[in-house]
Amino acid sequence: MSEIAAVAAPERPAEQAPSRGLLRRALRKPLGVTSAVYLVLLTLACVLAPLIAPYAPLAEDLVHVQQGPTGAHLLGTDELGRDVLSRLLYGGQLTLLGVVECVAVLLIISLPAGLAAGYLGGWVDRAVNVVVDLLLSVPGIIVVLAVLAVFGTSMTAAMVTFGVLGSAGVTRVVRSTVLSVREELYVAAARVSGVSEPRIVVRHVLPRIAGPVIVQASLFAAIALAIQTGLAFLSLGVAPPAPSWGGMVGEAANLINQDGWLLVPSGGVIALTILAFGLIGDAVRDATVEGWSATAAPAALAPRKARRPAAGAPADGTALADGAALTDGAALTRGAAVAGDAWQPDDAVLAVRDLSVAFDGPGGPVTVVDRVSFTLRAGEVLGIVGESGCGKSVTALSLLQLLPPNGRVNGGRVLLNGQDLTAMSERQISALRGKAVAMVFQDPTVSLDPSFLVGAQVAEVVRRHDKVSRAAARRRVLELFEQVRLPDPAGVARRYPHELSGGMAQRVCLALALAGRPSVLIADEPTTALDVTVQAGILELLRQLQKETGMSIILVTHDWGVVADVCDRALVMYAGQVVEQAPVNTLFREPRHPYTLGLQECNPQRQTAAGDLPVIPGTVLPPAAWPASCRFRERCRFAASDCAAAEIPLEHVPSVRGTAEHGADDREVRCIHWRELASARTA
Amino acid sequence: MRSLIIRRLIVSVPLIVVVTALTFVLESLVPGNTARAIIGTSGSPAAYQQLRAQLGLNNPLWYQYWQYLDQVLHGNLGTSVFTGEPVSTLLNQRLGVTLSLVLLATAFCAVLGVLLGVVSAVRGGVVGRAVDVLSLVGLALPGFWVAIILAAVFAVTLRIFPATGYIPPTVSVGRWLWALTLPVIALGLGGVASVAKQTRDSMKDTLAREYVRTLRASGIGRGSIIWKHALRNGAIPVVTVLGLVFVGALSSTVFVEAVFVLPGLGSMAVTATSQHDIPVIEGIALYFTVLVVIVNVLLDVVYGLLNPKVRRG
Repeated sequence: MSEIAAVAAPERPAEQAPSRGLLRRALRKPLGVTSAVYLVLLTLACVLAPLIAPYAPLAEDLVHVQQGPTGAHLLGTDELGRDVLSRLLYGGQLTLLGVVECVAVLLIISLPAGLAAGYLGGWVDRAVNVVVDLLLSVPGIIVVLAVLAVFGTSMTAAMVTFGVLGSAGVTRVVRSTVLSVREELYVAAARVSGVSEPRIVVRHVLPRIAGPVIVQASLFAAIALAIQTGLAFLSLGVAPPAPSWGGMVGEAANLINQDGWLLVPSGGVIALTILAFGLIGDAVRDATVEGWSATAAPAALAPRKARRPAAGAPADGTALADGAALTDGAALTRGAAVAGDAWQPDDAVLAVRDLSVAFDGPGGPVTVVDRVSFTLRAGEVLGIVGESGCGKSVTALSLLQLLPPNGRVNGGRVLLNGQDLTAMSERQISALRGKAVAMVFQDPTVSLDPSFLVGAQVAEVVRRHDKVSRAAARRRVLELFEQVRLPDPAGVARRYPHELSGGMAQRVCLALALAGRPSVLIADEPTTALDVTVQAGILELLRQLQKETGMSIILVTHDWGVVADVCDRALVMYAGQVVEQAPVNTLFREPRHPYTLGLQECNPQRQTAAGDLPVIPGTVLPPAAWPASCRFRERCRFAASDCAAAEIPLEHVPSVRGTAEHGADDREVRCIHWRELASARTA
Repeated sequence: MRSLIIRRLIVSVPLIVVVTALTFVLESLVPGNTARAIIGTSGSPAAYQQLRAQLGLNNPLWYQYWQYLDQVLHGNLGTSVFTGEPVSTLLNQRLGVTLSLVLLATAFCAVLGVLLGVVSAVRGGVVGRAVDVLSLVGLALPGFWVAIILAAVFAVTLRIFPATGYIPPTVSVGRWLWALTLPVIALGLGGVASVAKQTRDSMKDTLAREYVRTLRASGIGRGSIIWKHALRNGAIPVVTVLGLVFVGALSSTVFVEAVFVLPGLGSMAVTATSQHDIPVIEGIALYFTVLVVIVNVLLDVVYGLLNPKVRRG
């Protein structure tokens, strides 16, 4: 008994999840339900035509010919005075029968064929595929006509033929669905626990393919109906006096010069019925997709909800208004502002003030970057450091309004030579992108358009900035490629992105960024996706390019080694906030925030002996769960009760040694216990 | 690239064999077969038997088929039972009409569908909903009915376009287009919607790619990003749909040519069916299959042009 229970256990979720829920979800679609009700009523009315039709379908009344709708003839009469409604009801019998025959044949062939191909695989699969490929290319309608030419007026023969030809496409759908189900864990589990193969197919596979098969069958029913009525319209497959929907359209078409009305009921019922089949298919498809996404990834659909706020969202005044709205703790914001304004060097290139970014989430906007401020000076390399999910890349993207459509800047300013980038229109900022501020991204292999030669891509950017001839642009591309130390610039220019190694692709991306001679380069994890052996080369190149051009660089990274190698100053971010910023030397010598200290300790490059690599316990919380108080508290070994009391301000901290080192006084920490950390380290 | 085309052509051989075999077997099933059709029911049994022997109908079926294939390869598709003319002559006279119709319908779908698809991907809103409605309408309204309505409104009532007839482009390109406008719209209406939907999905996908962000970060304008980079990268599935639109339009000529009384292969197929003129149907099946094969090869070429990995690979 216990064995049976063990076997039955893994079956349950599969049995229940897709099929029953599918029906329930499909019934919640008003369009789908309306269509189903319409089809049921229509079928009943046609089947019961001898009982409910007001007239016989062939009863002529030559006194009342071609009347519009009247009380006696609800849909009017045709050229022989026959009642249109009665003819539609009787004619529907043949039409719907044709659809049923066609779909039945389709399912009888495609279900076993698709199941066998998907489930058995091997030569069965290959054989089925060959036949499917053949059938898909056969001009179906002509074969149907050939059958009709042979079998005379047999609509059944025509519809059966069409069902056979149509089974190819459905077989393919069944096969691919079965293939995906076969690989799923619960099916494997059932097999391991000894459930027989036919039972697996019936209990697990069939319920899962029900949705796609219903979708295909109803869509094909729509096509079958169009073909059936089309053939009848051409007077093929039906004997003339007998009513049929298509035939009635044909009769109406002959009278088109005298009276258009007759086209309406016949064409209307055809269109409505085809539409009903199509809408049922759509409803079941949506229900199937919902069923999968409900179990698999509820969050996946969330960002699509509000797609359009994009570029222009933070217009003119809103930046300031939002900034004001954020001032819950007034003292706190003032503290931050004082810390920011106290040091406003003359050589500032880019000044970011209280920049906030929010993303649309399922429960409203979620702030992922919270009042970040920093200043970038001419020729400076500024690192932004932190773990994944701390808002580094989002900060970088927001500077040039490159956030994805569901994200937007909702506070603060980004000042470039006194102009606020957050207040610019897409057109205005587009003129600055690449020209004043350029950007390179993490994965160079997906950052270049795969359809164009890299030389052509860089040339397009050159011509965007320089307005030169094509030949001059080509020469400039080669110069740029030399500048980024690409071997054989002319050869590289004639390659496609997929023909480049990661390191070469990143050099091309750098050439793209340099094309507009920018004064600021934002590099978002530029070495993270590269092989370790290539990383050093790209970093060295960045350093050289900075020296040659004098541009400033913002380098987003999670790698302390990179910070130490390249940066002059670094901004440590945790959970959307700046937690510490200082010149790199100071930061390494005297970390003042527990998070900075933790990051440095778990930098693998600092490990000498083969001891355990220290880690910061826990992970960064998702943005919606960030507390108002210290966000690092849960993971902090110095945490005390007062850390949870209130929001922690960003404090200006004097240098311990008071050296005259350049910019040494520009350091800030967001920790109320930084003094303890300092004394603990010096002790 | 070349090997790809050759492979596709080799794969097409069984297709042509299957289609010709299918129609040939059908012919042999005709209750009163070709001999009966020629001699009529009044002919004497002796004359009937003699004609059967003359036509080779007493040979085994596979041998008859082999002879038929041999004839086909030599360009001989038999003679029409009804008119007695060679089938190939009949079909070649009408091929131009059907090709004009189907190519124009595909072009109509490509231009209008891509335009609507791109605009609805970038703008959404009204155009997006219009594409949804159009695709429902395109699905629901059968081509022959649309054709009749178009003829009723624009030809019979408003008298803007001719209701019937065909003018070859060699006579007048303008009148050729004029005469084909309504049939092309009737053939292409459903296709416009499916091309627009596929374009919209493709464009939404490519516009979210990282290289688009790189291009934006480099200052490239919206126009170039949308019409040059995103469209080019999203084009392959759209081209696939255009192939399907071509094949669908080819099938629909059967109905639409009948409505507009155009002397093409589609209307001929209908006539031949009602006259039980099997050799003509066989010939049309072969022509349509070859057209589908040609389109498939062209699609492969276009895939290669669009995808550098195939071209250089």
